[in-house]
Amino acid sequence: MKFAYYPGCSGKGTSVEYEISTKAVCSALGIYLQELADWSCCGSTPAHATDTLLSAALSARNLSLAAEAMKQSGATKLATPCPSCLANLKTARHHMANQEFRRKVDKLLDSPCPPLGPKGEEPLPETYSILQLLVEDYGLENIAAKVTRPLKGLKIAPYYGCLLSRPAPIMQFDDPENPTSMDRLLEALGAEVVPFPLKTECCGAAMGIPRRDITARLSARLLDAATTFGADMIAVACPLCHMNLDLRQEQAAKASGVSYDMPVLYFTQLMGIALGLPDSDLALDKLSVSPAAALQKIGKEISA
Amino acid sequence: MRIGVFICHCGSNIAGTVDCAQVAKNATAFPDVAFATDTMYACSEPGQDAIVAAVKEHHLDGVVVASCTPRMHEPTFRRTVERAGLNRYMFEMANIREHVSWIGKDKEANTNKATELVRMAVEKLRRDAPLYTKKFDSVKKVLVIGGGVAGIQAALDCADAGIQVVMVERETSIGGKMAKLDKTFPTVDCSSCILGPKMVDVAQHPNIKLLAASEVTNVSGYVGNFTVSIKRRATYVDWSKCTGCGLCTEKCPSKKTPDKFNEFMGPTTAINIPFPQAIPKKAAINPDYCRKIKDGKCGVCAKVCPTGAINYEMQDEVITEQVGAIVAASGYDLMDWTVYGEYGAGRYPDVITSLQYERLLSAAGPTGGHIQRPSDGKEPKSVVFIQCVGSRDRSIGRPYCSGFCCMYTAKQAVLTKDHIPDSQSYVFYMDIRAPGKMYDEFTRRAMEEYGTEYIRGRVSCIQPNGRGQYLVRGVDTLMGKPVEVLADLVVLAVGVEGAKGAGKLAETLHISYDHYGFFMESHCKLRPVETNTAGVFLAGACQGAKDIPSSVAQGSGAAAKVIGLLSKPQLESDPQISVVDIKRCVGCGKCVDVCPFQAITKQSIRGEVKAQVIEAVCQGCGLCVATCPQGAIQLSHFTDNQILAEVNALCQC
Amino acid sequence: MDSINLRARDEAFIREVEKESGQNISTCYQCGNCTAGCPCGPVYDLQVNQIMRAIQLGDKKTVLEAASPWLCVSCSTCSARCPNDIDVARVMDTVRHIGRREGKTKYVINAFWDSFLQTVRFCGRSYELGIMALFMLRTGRFYTDLDLAPRMLPKKKMPYLPHLIRGKAAVSRIFKRFNDMQQYDD
Repeated sequence: MKFAYYPGCSGKGTSVEYEISTKAVCSALGIYLQELADWSCCGSTPAHATDTLLSAALSARNLSLAAEAMKQSGATKLATPCPSCLANLKTARHHMANQEFRRKVDKLLDSPCPPLGPKGEEPLPETYSILQLLVEDYGLENIAAKVTRPLKGLKIAPYYGCLLSRPAPIMQFDDPENPTSMDRLLEALGAEVVPFPLKTECCGAAMGIPRRDITARLSARLLDAATTFGADMIAVACPLCHMNLDLRQEQAAKASGVSYDMPVLYFTQLMGIALGLPDSDLALDKLSVSPAAALQKIGKEISA
Repeated sequence: MRIGVFICHCGSNIAGTVDCAQVAKNATAFPDVAFATDTMYACSEPGQDAIVAAVKEHHLDGVVVASCTPRMHEPTFRRTVERAGLNRYMFEMANIREHVSWIGKDKEANTNKATELVRMAVEKLRRDAPLYTKKFDSVKKVLVIGGGVAGIQAALDCADAGIQVVMVERETSIGGKMAKLDKTFPTVDCSSCILGPKMVDVAQHPNIKLLAASEVTNVSGYVGNFTVSIKRRATYVDWSKCTGCGLCTEKCPSKKTPDKFNEFMGPTTAINIPFPQAIPKKAAINPDYCRKIKDGKCGVCAKVCPTGAINYEMQDEVITEQVGAIVAASGYDLMDWTVYGEYGAGRYPDVITSLQYERLLSAAGPTGGHIQRPSDGKEPKSVVFIQCVGSRDRSIGRPYCSGFCCMYTAKQAVLTKDHIPDSQSYVFYMDIRAPGKMYDEFTRRAMEEYGTEYIRGRVSCIQPNGRGQYLVRGVDTLMGKPVEVLADLVVLAVGVEGAKGAGKLAETLHISYDHYGFFMESHCKLRPVETNTAGVFLAGACQGAKDIPSSVAQGSGAAAKVIGLLSKPQLESDPQISVVDIKRCVGCGKCVDVCPFQAITKQSIRGEVKAQVIEAVCQGCGLCVATCPQGAIQLSHFTDNQILAEVNALCQC
Repeated sequence: MDSINLRARDEAFIREVEKESGQNISTCYQCGNCTAGCPCGPVYDLQVNQIMRAIQLGDKKTVLEAASPWLCVSCSTCSARCPNDIDVARVMDTVRHIGRREGKTKYVINAFWDSFLQTVRFCGRSYELGIMALFMLRTGRFYTDLDLAPRMLPKKKMPYLPHLIRGKAAVSRIFKRFNDMQQYDD
């Protein structure tokens, strides 16, 4: 399996553990991720909050690069671990179906996007989340077959965030109210998934810097629920969610007046543990809240 | 031929945008027109008298009235020309109101178009021939499909009028949804106390034959003479022997059978009688859960039955009934609310439907009338009611209002306070729709006397809080703020749709139904209990969401129509039917295949196969005419020649 | 408080919002579901359904002066649950776009977004330390997230230097053309 790969800016910084574990897990499963040469930022929330056209153009540059790279390499799909990048890349492609919009985007670019085919075929590739590709393309049975250290006894709250499956008409993934892909993946790893009703509740997204009160309040709600439902840890698939729940956990605690000690791991880190990958591939030391105590449940020792 | 033309002003409805005098003047130039005039209201008594007088004075053979839609007044004017001594089919109508004056403002263009429509009508009338109805006998018996309160009312009214009634009920007892209700609004009287006696009347009425656990599978024939096939489902209990003593249900070891009557709020036994007041009060076995039928091991009920009524070998049976009329009263069901993922899609045990809540309130229900929530049997102190779940929601394809949810929600809130005085109820609503007699007063009482908290806004989601309660996240749009309530129990006022299988029943009855399984009435205002199939009538919620008073009223309305129909000594057939030209017919049978009413048969005439129209069955739809490759079938009063003449008239204008 | 002037309905504004968002605002029947599910409702000055109502009334001033559209986190919960299938999140996005074009932005949040985009414009990718520095300069909020620094810096989760990509000039030109186009449109 070979996918073109768009890491997203946070993968090189604040979510470096997501990036390291994603690459390691894919490599262990025999999935080849071909990173786009010279990819640029999708613009994230600031771009689409500023203007739809600007946002689409920043994404379109990358989609054009991907189209070219995939033609050369034979990669079948474009993958990204980051739901925010995913949403922007998918939304841009969605809007580009409108010819008038496409022409305006082209005017912002150095060279126009590859034009639609004679029957209206879209040459720009659709983007998929790493989670979707692992669950739907690689398959849970195949993943389960490679598990060497089952996460038996580990109670995990699966947290998807709001972007992975919304807006449903564009994201076209899982159930927008009750997604279960990550649940099933974690179960395939042997973990016990707690029924987490706040799966798709917003964590506060990018408001952390300008309005910390918002993220603290919303993240506290999620941490409260995970604690109440008896989770040992939260599994996430989004760098922003991770930052708000892990790095900003103390800020949330201040807002709610409750102290938390809730490890928050990327699902790829949990996959790496279950697949028996070396610690250097898991980057657990990058987490703010140490998962050491929780991981003792499955006999995994890490230096706190 | 001498034709008279009358151009109606309809007050200013037509005359406002059509020069009626000019249209009349133009009409005098058309072939065979001997007289043309304009008139203020053609349908009024002086208007009709003027037509009668003109027929006599000008020795007219036929009349054209240019006015409104024939749907309303064609029968009126046919009677008028009959009074003037003409055959009623020597009359044509041009619709210059709905088709002209109401849809355009350009007076000149309208006047021209009205003239053209009149010219078409004249050309058709020139080719009309007198037609005569035939008389035939009808069966003085009515089939009532569905034993809910609407069907019961229709059946009792017909039976009291001396008409034989066959009532077919799908479940093992009649009573329908009303039998499941605890109390009824706005009087809060006991539902089974007011319905029970009527159910008993059905069982005891000498003119009513009750077929429970039965379904209509086929209907053929025509108004006055329908032949109905009814499948009687095997109940594995010989009802002629069963006394309803209930011993079998006490001893049955299969105690985890889903209880449909109790809306699955608790289990029942594989052999059971759905509720104490069931009519007929007979036991029936659910074969999917009976150990004897499934595995051959058990047979306890047969051993304990004092009358030897159990018969594990019983088979379905089909019987046939002849009836003159049919009343469809198949009712409603709740829509599948599990499309609402934000309300848990059925995953949360204490988020239930309003009908399930009725069973929790009912003294005859699974909890003996004590409100206990399903998850842990605890008495809820905080109950949240959410209205419009599956109503007025385009995003899930349910744009309509289900009508009676506002009222039963108020009732349930009142009853909750009665059952649990220290409880608090919250109702999330968008609008309170309480237009019936004493209805609004009742919702006010729920708020003012029972302290029900009404919150104006929809609920976005329900989330279990992990401590046995549910966080209901709504909004108070009047305050412009989000609202969060912790609930022990959440009751959803789920929207209604036509009963399960309603579409199939409609097709069996040859009547129309809408996207939501509701049957189509013939006219939304003026023919609300009739369908477009003669002899088939509607009662209750099968036609649209309806509360009990409306259902009962419509049941009586349908009964009145049946009584009126079957009290005539003989029925008259409509002569606007298909006629086969035997010389042209090659007996290919295509017309037989396309006829939706089974009105055409193949007959051997002098050794040759020919199509033959059963006059009383043909509804004059014209499908066979369009299908016949030989052009051997013509529709009387709408012949090819007449339609071509109309087209020609239009093209020559 | 002023009463609502129903005759001052700004039709052009309604059309502008409808065209840019692709949504039919008149289908909103004010059930409030968007507000009920909005994670930011408690910090809004005007609730989502009130923004929708103000658009229906053509009350451009109220809409553009509200802080709420700038606090919206674009989680799309409102859109997912709207009984009338209105993509409310897109309407909120559109209100921001119009507000920005008309110079009515909410300073702190917009300062963050501008800082973010500025680093993208010059580096081709976002540069977190740069965003923080620019944001502090713009807002004077020098204490922002200082509590997080001891957690992030030792873990090397915030690179000191930006990732400068080869195509950074190409990305920069996208921004330049966009700004030129906006001025031309004005």
